[in-house]
Amino acid sequence: MELNSRVPSGPLAEKWNNHKFTNKLVNPANRRKYRVIVVGTGLAGASASATLAEQGYEVQTFCIQDSPRRAHSIAAQGGINAAKNYQNDGDSVHRLFYDTIKGGDFRAREANVYRLAEVSNEIIDQCVAQGVPFAREYGGTLANRSFGGAQVSRTFYARGQTGQQLLLGAYSALSRQIHAGKVTMYNRREMMDLVLIEGRARGITVRDIMTGEIESYYADVVILATGGYGNAYYLSTNAMASNVTAAWRAHKRGAGFANPSFVQIHPTCIPVHGDYQSKLTLMSESLRNDGRVWVPLKAGDSRQASEIPEEERDYYLENKYPSFGNLVPRDVASRNAKEQCDAGKGVGNTGLAVYLDFAEAIKRDGEETILKKYGNLFQMYEKITDSNPVKEPMLIYPAVHYTMGGLWVDYDLMTTIPGLFAIGECNFSDHGANRLGASALMQGLADGYFIIATSVAHYLGTHSLEKVVGTEVPFKDSKREVEDRIDKLLKNSFDGPAGKLTVDQIHKELGHLLWDYCGMSRNKENLEKALEELPDLVNKFWDYVYIPGSGKDLNQSLERAGRVADFLEFAEIMIRDALSREESCGCHLREESQTEENEAKRDDENFTHVSVWEHTPPGEFPKMHKEDLVFEFVKPSQRSYK
Amino acid sequence: MSTINLTLKIWRQENSDSLGSLEIYPLDNVHTDMSFLEMLDILNEKLTKEGKSPVAFDHDCREGICGMCGAVVDGIAHGPEKEVTLCQLHMRNFSSGDTIVIEPFRSRAFPVKKDLLVDRSSLDRIIQSGGYISVNTGGTPDGNSLPIPSNEAELSMDAAACIGCGACVASCPNGAAMLFTSAKISQLALLPQGQPEQKKRALAMVAQMDEEGFGNCTNARECEAVCPKGISIRNIARLNREYLFATLSEG
Repeated sequence: MELNSRVPSGPLAEKWNNHKFTNKLVNPANRRKYRVIVVGTGLAGASASATLAEQGYEVQTFCIQDSPRRAHSIAAQGGINAAKNYQNDGDSVHRLFYDTIKGGDFRAREANVYRLAEVSNEIIDQCVAQGVPFAREYGGTLANRSFGGAQVSRTFYARGQTGQQLLLGAYSALSRQIHAGKVTMYNRREMMDLVLIEGRARGITVRDIMTGEIESYYADVVILATGGYGNAYYLSTNAMASNVTAAWRAHKRGAGFANPSFVQIHPTCIPVHGDYQSKLTLMSESLRNDGRVWVPLKAGDSRQASEIPEEERDYYLENKYPSFGNLVPRDVASRNAKEQCDAGKGVGNTGLAVYLDFAEAIKRDGEETILKKYGNLFQMYEKITDSNPVKEPMLIYPAVHYTMGGLWVDYDLMTTIPGLFAIGECNFSDHGANRLGASALMQGLADGYFIIATSVAHYLGTHSLEKVVGTEVPFKDSKREVEDRIDKLLKNSFDGPAGKLTVDQIHKELGHLLWDYCGMSRNKENLEKALEELPDLVNKFWDYVYIPGSGKDLNQSLERAGRVADFLEFAEIMIRDALSREESCGCHLREESQTEENEAKRDDENFTHVSVWEHTPPGEFPKMHKEDLVFEFVKPSQRSYK
Repeated sequence: MSTINLTLKIWRQENSDSLGSLEIYPLDNVHTDMSFLEMLDILNEKLTKEGKSPVAFDHDCREGICGMCGAVVDGIAHGPEKEVTLCQLHMRNFSSGDTIVIEPFRSRAFPVKKDLLVDRSSLDRIIQSGGYISVNTGGTPDGNSLPIPSNEAELSMDAAACIGCGACVASCPNGAAMLFTSAKISQLALLPQGQPEQKKRALAMVAQMDEEGFGNCTNARECEAVCPKGISIRNIARLNREYLFATLSEG
């Protein structure tokens, strides 16, 4: 597997401009001759579809939900970063770049991150022009707030619904192109396979969720914008349909998978409260602007929050990290919450929670001001927990949220399969080992609006592609393989459910295995145990899974089964990746590699690389390749937020 | 945490062409901290293990923002609690011994596909007809070049909060999509960026609404009462004004 990052040479600040100039173009009149498939309609997929269609390409877009407006980007709450420096508090493109690469614990590519910071400003302008109702100051200018890992206020927001508003902006741009006939939209389709002809991505095989029909679609370029794989853990803040299938199928066809063990565990989620729970709900990081995190000073203190006097509370983030306080990056905040709970200082019924307290902010700024900022989040919290954050502190605990790992891509966002691109959370490119808050929206839209079109033009401009029509042998083979796999999934079900297991039962087991052994902190022993237990779980799935109904119809159990089957395969490279990275960095805490103060200790000498996994035939171990990360412009330092 | 015992009456329908009926399912030991959809998950696990067909329903984010879930619970779209989607409705709103009737969002423009799952693509087509500002990617002016008074941005945001779930349509005696359509029209009409296409947008979206078979507003206000995002029917008044203004000047 060749890993050529194609990072342009020259000074950091000139790379992107130079690259745009040296990349080949496609003449506007010729663009309509090319067909582009986009899978997924979150921020990255919707913005890419709209932009490519506006430029003249024939676009076919696929989404799993009943409408492109429902992709899980919609659930992002807090905001989107940009280096506008509207607050005049010392921000710049370089500072956003530096914060992001440092936030990622120096495990991302400098050039990609710099480009992200560079185009961030254009994203805000674009969204304002589309009618995204960002929060404004009384004078009419755009408002900002602060997020973790930064000492400037650079986050733009629309109440606690920023993801929704940005996605609806991209969806409206996409809708306009659908109306113009430039995008053909396929709803309720699930990508089941990637089709390669002569080593290039030339199409996809999908399942029509409503009819069970397996369909082939061909194109000159395939773009995956299929999000992250956090649902491998069963419980996460992801939407129920979020899955790894599209990325995993591409991986099995030859696309390298980078840093699969880099999973962000978000510090502020509503704690788990029962085994019937289907998902975890995030409470935006923006709450840490005004909320103070604390636990009782003494372990085992079972008093109500209101009964614990000020001097018997431990505001551990403020005490330990005086300069960033409650706004330390997510990995640091999560790890510290776990540490407190492990020490017996956790609160709530389960002891697996810490307080996020707004009492002081309400006293300082008034209830009205706080409700204006966070009203909808408070309301959401109260609906779920039956407790009002104005009156008593929130209970929060870390939960799986975002995956920094993803398909390996070069500077042009192309995977190791020519003609296959990956954008948004689906790729690995910008966040290193930890993503800063309000940067996922930024990356999704940067990739979709401002980067991918240049890459697509260059690819088409430098290759002459054979014409395909979607009925070639590889299309037929792929279709047959997909159908065979569905038959295999259904093979246990003919004689009824007695003695069998449901999809969710096995998915929960996988979730526990990953959370316990490959979650917030990891060690060699547990990871090896996970590798040992995983094959049994895989066999259990294939031998005992019971799926009611048939494949030729709407069958939601079958949909879930297909996704869980892929999570089970995928889990192996997640665990192997965590095992092979014998350092701690960002989200990835190897217990063997910690500083004296229990902070993550990197090992730059041995692990300044991206680990990229290659799929191998059954019976062989997956193969790891390395892309060495070169730091020309910043010096990796021990991350300190003290 | 307590548990309750329920009797569920759920609409089962094989597909768009078949006749449906209400089926009765007893369900015991439902935790009151469960969401309504988690309760349906438990029922589906139980049905699956009994070799029966689970209830099909749409859902995705389960945090009240994607707009994918929704059903009529005891005659009310998204159920008895104010300003929540079905996924955010919790079982603590019910008591042991209750019978809960669960039906799909019904409307002429929302054909039932299976059980509680309906086709709401008509709402997408309304947006496609003009629910946007026609701006291409790139070349847009600086975000701060156009000051927008905070209160107008907030009003626009109030309307923009629509999640497109279709509860407004399901609860309207006329099957109107006026609240949905007016939310998008208002969001854009309240912002200076939306002005250039104001008239064209109102005419096109209303025409599409009619073409899809949605009814018209007679101020029953059922939509506002069930809207999970609290969208006000003032937006419908604004839609009417926008439409009238456009008709008078553009005919």
